[in-house]
Order: sequence, then structure tokens, then C-alpha cells
Amino acid sequence: MALSATTGRALRVCALYPDLMNIYADRGNLLVLQHRCEWRGIGFELTGSGLGEQLDAGGHDLFYIGGGQDRDQRLCAEDLLQTKRASLHEAAARGAIVLGVCGGYQLLGHAYTIDDDEIEGVGLLDVRTVRDAGPRLIGNVAIEVSLDEGSEPRVLAGFENHGGRTHLGARADPLGRVVRGHGNDGRSGREGARQGAAIGTYLHGPLLPKNAWFADWLIATALNVEPSELSPLDDGLEREAHRSARRAAGV
Amino acid sequence: MARMLAPKLALARAAGALSRLRGGGATSAPGKVLLRLEPNALGALASRLDRGSVLVSATNGKTTTTAMVASILERHGVELVHNQAGANMAGGIVSTLLSAARPRGRIAGELGLFEVDELWLEPVAAQLRGLRAVLLSNLFRDQLDRYGELETIADSWVSALRGEPARAATLVLNADDPLVADLGRDRDRFVSDGHGKGDDGDDGGGRVVYFGVEDDSLALAGMAHAADAKHCRRCGAPYVFDAVYLGHLGHYHCPSCGRQRPSPIVRAGAVRLEGVRGARFRLSAPEGEAEVQLGLPGLYNVYNALAASALAIALEIPLADIVAGLQSATAAFGRAEVVMVDGRRTQILLVKNPAGCNEVLRTLALEPGEHDVLGVLNDNIADGRDVSWIWDADYELLAGRVRSVTCAGTRASELALRLKYAGVDPRRIRVIDDLGRALTAAVADRPGSDGGEPLYALPTYTAMLALRELLVRRGEAGSPWR
Repeated sequence: MALSATTGRALRVCALYPDLMNIYADRGNLLVLQHRCEWRGIGFELTGSGLGEQLDAGGHDLFYIGGGQDRDQRLCAEDLLQTKRASLHEAAARGAIVLGVCGGYQLLGHAYTIDDDEIEGVGLLDVRTVRDAGPRLIGNVAIEVSLDEGSEPRVLAGFENHGGRTHLGARADPLGRVVRGHGNDGRSGREGARQGAAIGTYLHGPLLPKNAWFADWLIATALNVEPSELSPLDDGLEREAHRSARRAAGV
Repeated sequence: MARMLAPKLALARAAGALSRLRGGGATSAPGKVLLRLEPNALGALASRLDRGSVLVSATNGKTTTTAMVASILERHGVELVHNQAGANMAGGIVSTLLSAARPRGRIAGELGLFEVDELWLEPVAAQLRGLRAVLLSNLFRDQLDRYGELETIADSWVSALRGEPARAATLVLNADDPLVADLGRDRDRFVSDGHGKGDDGDDGGGRVVYFGVEDDSLALAGMAHAADAKHCRRCGAPYVFDAVYLGHLGHYHCPSCGRQRPSPIVRAGAVRLEGVRGARFRLSAPEGEAEVQLGLPGLYNVYNALAASALAIALEIPLADIVAGLQSATAAFGRAEVVMVDGRRTQILLVKNPAGCNEVLRTLALEPGEHDVLGVLNDNIADGRDVSWIWDADYELLAGRVRSVTCAGTRASELALRLKYAGVDPRRIRVIDDLGRALTAAVADRPGSDGGEPLYALPTYTAMLALRELLVRRGEAGSPWR
């Protein structure tokens, strides 16, 4: 086998609160990262970090946090501040990807409100999430993203289900532009957020099985190689699934 | 009242007949019309039932459980008004009562037996005059885009049970599901001790009958991936599970506040699962013990049978009738039902959420050899628009156990992808979106040594209805609308 950019490498993933923040089948995202590494001969190490457990800021290439029930999300928010905030900031500053989906996205911002309480977040993303009197934003969604400077826009498809409206501050960029669906707040046409190595999005479904190309971008970026340097896989079913999710969103 | 109601009943019946003429199988249409004409119709019609009504709800298994209860009660000679077609919101229940209503305030039946949708328990219970018992079996993660979070449903059940007339009704609760068992907490002083009727509360609150499984040989290595209800409803601390049987059902206690699984008086032990064909268990009740041979497979159906037994015991039905009723219970349509398609035995196993899907997969895995599977994934409103849940289900149980799998339905290729990442060889997976063509192909593709290996069809809810309609049209299944 020819040596490639990823020979002998391993993707080290840390899932935050995998027992609590997993409501929208977040396991699917981790499974896709795992298999797409293993099929290429890239090692895959998955560590879970639960309530009360310290993080090893230098020990992981990618941190993942999914969505949870309101009550569990409160528990995690408190724990993030007490035991994990400093390490997460340190890891992100070093270039480790921090990916938050749905509730996890809200927790990466400055704060979110639940009932009448404002709950402080990690502050890796310059965003703030509030509730308003409107309905939950639920449905299939497609957004257009340009992940690298000058790269062709591509589509991410998924499903969103959130009561919170997320507003971006000056330091965060939207992850993408809403093509179909609601996005951050149902009005701005923006979806998700990016700031340095931190990424947040409301797209579940789960996200990565529906968008294998994005899983590869995450793997490559976390390992500090170009996506084109990853060996190609037989992605027939992955492309079909992506088309199916886009069709559901009407794109 | 009866006189004022009569013309409205006639009008609603006519509207229902019209809707059927237009080709709708809509069993809830006349009930919806009647509710518009007479908002109190549910209570007014239910009050005609001499022996009152009982309600059955759960996220999983309510149709099968209710069918089992019906089988038991009919064996005992009780005449039922039962929404057996599965229309389980207010309109469907009112339709059922309407078709049983007779002139001059009479009704054809003694006891109302109603399966009710989780989110409709509260409004239905509030209206149902003569409510005698409420059976609540389980709360699993289900269609989050439609039902919301589990805790939200649990909270609505708490308020449903505090209102009149539910407050005075007997509660029949699954001791093994912490979210459900906790609903009995206000009534802990009135737990039936198994002797006679048990005490009702001084304040008029009804008693509680708990049921549960007690069989160490069934305990799983750990919680299923998608398990919910991990934290104590009272104090928020994580429960400790001493045994997990199914999803988050098992034996648990809270190390922080001391809350523990209530001790059930109706129990299943010595459970033997016999693949997709059936299951046996020993039923223990205050009256004695009996062996039960079920014609329905899987531990999930043992739970359904146990729940039905506990409700029957709360209604003071003798054990012999309970056992006979359970043993003669057959599959509710699409739930482990067997049909012949082009001469091939085909078993339909409804899958609609992770917990239910896992139990079906676990049951399939008990059968030796490699299987032919037809998976149908739809994303219509009644299925839940969000198909994320397939990634919470343990399709890994099929890895290495599949000869061929055909994926169909509105989101067929996403199911195919799930199977690939579960470790099923992609060369054994094919995608045929159209259900009719997929069924024909799956049935025709038999193993070389055709020893009568069945095809297992695993459809979501609307896919199951479509599949049945297809089979009825082909003359290979009877109509469910008996």
C-alpha cells in the first residue's frame, strides 16, 4: 500500500455527555466518522466524557456534543462551565474541531434561555439563543456552505427541531445560507455558526450520514490534511442518501 | 340528554358514511363530526356503558396489549366496545362509541376498552365518565418531531391522572419503567397488596396495581444505546440499574433519594423466547401461578401480555380466563402477522421507534441462519417526518445475519446507508423505492435451497398500512377493518 498523508494517523474523538446529549441519534455522526476512518486505514479512538469528568485538552482532534432533553441539557450546561470550559477553549485554540449539533450548538454559545432562565454557555461561538413565543422550528432543511476560502458552495441536508432562536454576534460567521427550512431563527436566512475551529449547527438527521462529504472534510481538517488527500471510498449509497435528504427538503 | 343527542348521532353517522363513500378508510371521521356537534359526546356516550371504561396507553405495544385485553375479557363473557382498528385519538374513540350507540340511550356493549394515543390521554381521560382503570405500559423515545420529549409526555400523564375522573380510577402501571412507575407515587399508600380489592385512598384516590418482569436470565449486558429515563424523576440523580431487560425497562433504584422499583403483584418469570414464533412465561398473580404460551414473539410481547393480565386482574377476571385469553390472542394487524405472498411465508413486524425496532431485531436474531429482509422506511406525518431514529436502533444485530435486504419507502436509501454502517455487506443491500416492486422482488429472490425460509418485512407505520393495503388488493390478506 502506498504511503498517504494519513498513513499511521488516528482520529481521536471525544464525545461530550454521550449518555445525555444524544436525543437525535447523535450516535450516527460518530459511527460515520469511525467507519470512514477505519475503511481508510486511519485509526479511530473514541472517548466519552460525562458529568464531572475533566477533559484532556491536548488528547483529542475533534470534540462532539449533540442535543439533549431540556433537563439533561441544563445538567450538562452546568458541568461544562465547572469542569470543561477552560480545556475546550484550550483545545479549540490549538485547532481541535469542536462540533455542536442542536442543543450542543446552543451550549457552545454565550448563553441560551430555557423557560425563564438564562443559562450560560461555553462561549466558543459568539452566538446567543433565546426563546420566543413562536412555534418550534421543525422540518427538513438544506443549507449551502463554503467551508474553505474560495471553495465551491456545497449543500448540507438534514432535519431541524428547535425552540430556540440563535442570533449571531460579530465574531461568528454563519455556517451556511438557508436554501430550504428555518435555520438559526426562521428569519435571517442563516444557519449554524463558525468561529475558528468551533462549528455549531441545528442540522441533525443525523448530520454526517446524510452528508458524507462533510464527514470527510471534518476528518481531514481535524488531521490537518486536505480532503483530497483522503483515499476515496465507494460512496454509492452515501450519495443516494444525500440525495434522498435533499429531496425531502425540496432541493 | 339522549333525546338531544339522537339527531346529532344520526348526522355524524351520515357524515361517516359519506366519507367512506369517498374512499376514505377514515374510521375517525364520524367521531370528529360528532365532537363538533356535541363537544361532550365522549362522556355522554361512555356513560351508557354499564361496566364503565378502561384506557390503555404507551408509546409501544398499545394496540397489541389492547387486543390481548379484549381476548381475555371476551373469554370471560364481557361485551366490549373497543376501538380495535387502532383509531386512538378522541375522534376515533367517539367513532367507536357512535357505532355501538343504539336508540333510546342504549349501547351495544357493557365495557369500553380504548387504546389511546399518548398525547390524547389527558383530554380523553377528562371526558370519560365511568373511567374504571388506566393501564400505562411504557414511555420510549418516539417521533420527537411530533410528540416532543419524553418528559413532556410524562408530565402530561401526571396531570391526566390527577384530574377527575381518573383520580378515582385504578392505575395499572409498569413497575419496570421508571417514568411510568413514578406516576403511582401519589398513591403509594394505596398500592394493592394482592388481597381482595386493595384499599382505595381516604381521599377517594384509586389504587395502584404494578406489574413487572422478574427473570435474571433475561438481563442484558447494559442499557440499549437509545435508552431514556436514566435519571430519577424525583431528585435528578442517575438511577442504578441492577438489571436491564428492554430499553430502559428493568430493576432500578436511586442511590440518592432511595426511590426504587415498586414491588409488582403481577409478575412474569421463567421467560423462554422462541424466535419469531412465540414465547412462554410463568404468570404470577395474587390468585396463583400459571404457565402462558404466547403465539406472539419477543420479550416485548411478554410485556404486553403481562400488562394485559394486570389490567384483567384489576378488573377481577379469574386467572384461568386470563391465560386462555392470552393464549388465543393473535397478532394485531402488521404486528408479527404472517401472510403468504406469491406462495412465500412473509412475516410483518412493525418497527416505528428505536425501542420497538430493537426488540424486533433482537427477536429476528434468535432465529438461526441468514435472513431475507424487506425494510420499508417512510417519513409521512404518522411515521414522524424525522428519520433520525434509525441511527438509534441497533441494526448492528443484523450484521452477518442477512442473506439479502431490500430497502423501500420514501427514505429507502437512508435505511440502506444505515444498514451499511451497521456492518451489513453492501453487496447484499438493494434499494427499490416503490413498495410494490420491492415486495415482488424480495419475495421472488429465494435462497437456492428453498426450505420455506420466510421473508421478514419490517415497515414503519404508514408503510405497514400501505403494505397491508397492497396485500388485501392482491387477495393475500384479509381486511383489518373487521
